[in-house]
This record gives sequence, structure tokens and C-alpha cells, in this order.
Amino acid sequence: MGDFTFQELTSILAMQGFVGISLFSVLLLMALGLAIIFGQMGVINMAHGEFMALGAYTTYMLSMFTRTHYPELMPYYFFFAIIASFLVAGIVGYLTEFALIRHLYKRPLDTLLATWGLSLIMQQMFRTFFGSREVSPALPDWLMGSWMPTDSIFIPINGMFVLGLTTVVTFAVYYLMYRSSWGLNVRATTQNRVMSGAVGINTKQVDRLTFALGCGIAGIAGAAFTTIASTGPTTGSLYIVDTFMVVVFGGAASLFGTIASAFTIAQAQSILEFFISSSMAKVLTLLTLIIILMIRPEGLFASKVRK
Amino acid sequence: MKYFSRRKFLGKTSNLIGAMLAAGLISTSVMATEFPTAEVNTTGLAVTDDTVTVGILHSLTGTMAISETGAQEAERLAIKQINESGGILGRQIRVIREDGASDWPTFAEKARKLLINDKVAAVFGCWTSASRKAVLPVFEQHNGILYYPTFYEGLEQSKNVIYTGQEATQQILAGLDWVAEEKGAKTYFLIGSDYIWPRTSMKIARIHIEQVLGGRVVGEEYKPLGDTQFGSIINRIRLRKPDVIFAAVVGGSNVAWFRQLNAAGINSDNQTLLTLSVTEDEVLGIGGENLEGFYSVMKYFQSLDNPNNKAFVEAFKAEYGEDSVIGDVTQAAYLGPWLWKAAVEKAGSFDIDKIVEVSRTGEIELDTAPEGYVRLHPNHHLWSYTRIGKWNRDGQATVVYESPELIEPNPFPEGYQ
Repeated sequence: MGDFTFQELTSILAMQGFVGISLFSVLLLMALGLAIIFGQMGVINMAHGEFMALGAYTTYMLSMFTRTHYPELMPYYFFFAIIASFLVAGIVGYLTEFALIRHLYKRPLDTLLATWGLSLIMQQMFRTFFGSREVSPALPDWLMGSWMPTDSIFIPINGMFVLGLTTVVTFAVYYLMYRSSWGLNVRATTQNRVMSGAVGINTKQVDRLTFALGCGIAGIAGAAFTTIASTGPTTGSLYIVDTFMVVVFGGAASLFGTIASAFTIAQAQSILEFFISSSMAKVLTLLTLIIILMIRPEGLFASKVRK
Repeated sequence: MKYFSRRKFLGKTSNLIGAMLAAGLISTSVMATEFPTAEVNTTGLAVTDDTVTVGILHSLTGTMAISETGAQEAERLAIKQINESGGILGRQIRVIREDGASDWPTFAEKARKLLINDKVAAVFGCWTSASRKAVLPVFEQHNGILYYPTFYEGLEQSKNVIYTGQEATQQILAGLDWVAEEKGAKTYFLIGSDYIWPRTSMKIARIHIEQVLGGRVVGEEYKPLGDTQFGSIINRIRLRKPDVIFAAVVGGSNVAWFRQLNAAGINSDNQTLLTLSVTEDEVLGIGGENLEGFYSVMKYFQSLDNPNNKAFVEAFKAEYGEDSVIGDVTQAAYLGPWLWKAAVEKAGSFDIDKIVEVSRTGEIELDTAPEGYVRLHPNHHLWSYTRIGKWNRDGQATVVYESPELIEPNPFPEGYQ
């Protein structure tokens, strides 16, 4: 262990720092859509992971399509894939709200059961249409490999890409929710549905679009994760736990809370993992989380609502 | 006119004979009378004068369906081929397929159904060790026989199971010997998914590295199943600079692991990596470009160059499509029905006890296995070659090493526990 130069150690430290930031951006991107749906609407969407998988499969299909029909467009297709994933997941979300969720607003716990059922249906549909084997889209070359600021520092490009995408999506969500008139309608509906209706806000329309937006962002997350891991019918269920963890820990209904929570969990996890085994790191992270939630059940940053 | 009709008649007759030959009807009728049902089946199994019923028990749904699909397809192909060549003791094989649904209690329940209600003569199935452990008591209690295809951790030997995959030492020891000799490896970094098979395998690997090869283990890491973040571990690997990374990461994590390794600038140009858990099936998801130049240690690769394998690959693709790939476990699953046939014919009976008895003589052998000649050891495992394949960009492996002789299965390796 002794034969390291100072430069090597700093390089590893720099790369380790990026590992934490990269995990942070992954967690945040997963959680953003759910934070909107759970935070603003109070709907516990257990099918959130499947909407991510839907985005991932959309990306996969688009990559297959591009490769067979327009191979010269391969370097650029990924941007279209992100938009397509957003639209597909958003439209399916819109229809879901119309067919299922809107009947259950007065029975919030039943949404849990209904969306869980939806997640099973979606998993089986993925299995039927795409088969049970895991798939990965062919990635454009520029997404592979790493950026080397010095000889010994490797920063994975897909990690930087996800980081960039997360930043863009976060700012877009912030603008939509807190700086646009539509966001004002959403927040008004959350705080007092009857009153909002009385002042002329079409609350049903607001619900539908909010749910669609949350699902669409899940679709973007799914598209982004195809650069990290493969996609299978049950991929969504792998993500759902982490996603809920981030949202609940951050405090529902708070964008800033979600960001802070994703950052805390990611840093704790990646720093611990560097020193102790990953299973133990996960145990310690979760244990800390439970203790903090016992002290602050409403999460890190709960929005102040008149009870 | 007469000429034509006569010719037609002749043609038809010969077609008919041909068809009967192909379906094994002619030879069957002779053989089935040679082996009357009352004699070949004294324990009330589902054997009639012209059929015998077997079970296939795999996960068709759930997480494990990804891996178990290939095995299940290979078993059906083998049974189809056996039926086409005349069946078994003059009887055509009927299959009852059950879905274990990636859920271990379901496996036990379906095994019970196959043995008690359907009275199947044999079962081909299971993939994970967890599912095998779940059905084991059922097979032992109701005296059934299970042909289990997966390479696994060893430490088990049941009268009612025939293990057609490698136990741990067959895969690990020869692989480690090879990297130590060929690559001059002294330091090793072990990484696996966090469950029984990688942990047992790494335990054996560590003992072999430290006590036999005189090397050093500079890191041992386990990742929870399904985890996709390997950044921290990759940095630790960089810190420890191992000569060899020895990996047993499974499932979706596998893809993330190899991609991130590549993105971090660790590839076959600057690092030797030997894995226990990548077959042609996994490469589909991981992508050949992320694996290029890394090594897998298996007993079978789709690219094996021998006439048995050529015929097998051709038949498999004809059945399941040109794009299908065949991994190590798929091949091992294909052996199951053939080994059962060999045992039944040697015993001249479908009775489980008689099959077990002849299986223990060490004389059950197959010349036609795609992996080459195999023989059943009295300990219910197969003697097999160990091979090391170097992955190419196209998702196929080039075999760079083959053990000089068949390696004896040793499910309870002394000094390695």
C-alpha cells in the first residue's frame, strides 16, 4: 500500500469525489418525478419505477430504429430518445391519471394498491413485448469512455452526461413549479383544492398534467439510466426503493429537500463504500436514515402547511 | 395414367415409411414390446405403453426468467430430438412445464405437484441455488430425480439430483492456475454479488490463491444484488493495483460493472480480468465492446470447434432463431435429458432407484455432448473440461485454454471449506 505518489492519491480522491456527485445526480433524477407526484398530489405512485423502465425501453427501441434505418444519425439519436421517453412516459401517465388515479383522490392509501397493480401489469407487458432478457440500447460513441483532465484522472462521460441532464431537468422543474403561472395553479390546488376550483382553476386538468409531468420526468430518468445499466422487465422495482427513500427523507413537497436528501444519501453511501464493504455501507446509510426519520418524521425540509 | 398412379403410390408408401422411421414408430413398436410397462415402471410413475411424462421446472416469469429462458429452451430441444430419434425405451417423452416464477416456495410447490399429481419420471430444472435448496427436500421425500444445469458452489450431493453444471472447484481452480501461470499474477482483487454462490466461490479462490499459488488477495468486495454503482469499488481497485480482478458479479449489476470499469479507463490493455459469471447470454446485455479482451472461465463456449457443437448450435438456432445465443448453462441444461436417457436405457427401467444405481457406477457417458465427451462421476456431478475464453467485440469468445484432461468433480473439496 505504500508505493503511491502524491499525484496518484489526489487523482483517486478527485475521482472518488466525482463518484459521489454522479450518484447524487442519479438519485436526484430518479426522485424528481416522484417528488412532484407524491409531494404535490399526495399520490403514492408505486409504478414510478415502471415509468422509468418505459423511458428506457423507448430509448432502446429508438436506438434499434435508428441503427437499422438511419445509421448516420446514431451519434445524435440519444437527444431525441430523451424527448421521446419524456413524451411516451408522459402520455401514458396522462392516460393513467384519467383512467385510474382520478377516481382515487379521496382514498390516498388505495392509490398505493392501484399503482402497485399497475406496476405489475406494466412489468408483464414489458416481458411480453420485449422478452425477459435484459436489453441495452447501442450508445453513441461519444457517450462512452472518459474525460481525462490529467494522465491519471478518469471522469466517465456518461456520468457527466447524467449530471448535466439532471441539472437541466432540476432547473426546468424549479421554473415550472415556482416561477410559472401553471406552477402557481399546481401549488394552489395542492394547498386548497376547493378554493382553487372556486377561483377558476381547472383542478382536474392541473392534476392530470402534474401526474403526466412526473411520469415524463421518470421517463427521462429511464432514458438516462440506459447509459449506466441494462433494462429488464423488473428494472423498475430496483429503483423504486431508492427513489422513495430520497423523497421521504427529503420531505415531501419540497424540491430543495429532495436535492439535499439526494446529496446527503449519495455522499454518505459513496464515502462509506470507499472504506468499508458496500453491503455494510448500505446498512449504515439506511440505519442513519431511519434514526433521522424517527426524530424528524416529516423529513429534512417539510413545507410548512397549516394543519 | 396407370404408370403415374403407380408411381404416386410408391412415392406415398416410401414417404410413409420415411415418416414412420423419422417419428420412430417402427423401431418404437419393436422396442416398446421389448420393455413392457409393468417391468420398466414398478413404482407407478407416469409411464404408459407409448409415452413417458417428464417435468420442466424453470422461472418463466420474474427476475430469473432472464437467465432461465435459455436453459429451458435447451431442455425442450433435447427432448424433441430424443423423440425424433425414437424416444426412450420405445416411448415418446411428454413434457409438463411449470413456472417457478423466480420465487423459491413456488418452486417447492410446483415440484411437489409434478412429483405427486403428475408422477413425472424425471424433472429438468431450477437455476439458482436457492431454488434448488427449496425443492431438494421434496425430491428426497417423494423420491424423484432432478437434473440441475447451473454451475454452482458445490457442498451438496443428493441421491435425487444429477448436477450437469460444474461445481465450484472445477471452474475456479483451473482458472486461477491459468492466470497465475500465463499472466504471472501475484495479487488478486475478488469481487462478487452478495449471495451464497459468489461468497463460497471467493472463499475457495482465496484459499487457493494464498495457500497453493502463493499469491496475495488485496481486496474482497461484495455488492448487493441489483446495485448499479461501482465507482467507489473501481477507485479502490485502482488504489490496490491488483494483477488480476477475479469477478463473480451477476444480473443487471454485471452490465453496470463492466461499463463503469471501461469508462474508468480499466480495460484489457492495462488489466487482466477473469470472471466466473459471464456467458454468451450475459454478453448480450453487457455489450461485446465493454468486455473485449477480458476472460471467462467456463466449460462451454458457443464458439467451441467440434462436430457435436456445430450440430447443436445449428439445431438450436433453427429452433429458436438465428440471433439466439448459447451460454454455458444452456449447454449444461441440454445434457440433462440425454444423460437421463442414457441412464434409463442402461438401467432398462424408469424406476428412480435403478437410475440412481446406474448413475453411481460412473459408467454413464455421452459422446455427443456439445462440450465434448462427458462422464457422470459416482458423486452425481460431471467430469468436464475447464476452458478459458477471451471475449471478442462480437460477443463470442475465443477459447485460449482448455484443461489437458477432464477435471474430476469434487463437491466437498478438502482444505477449501
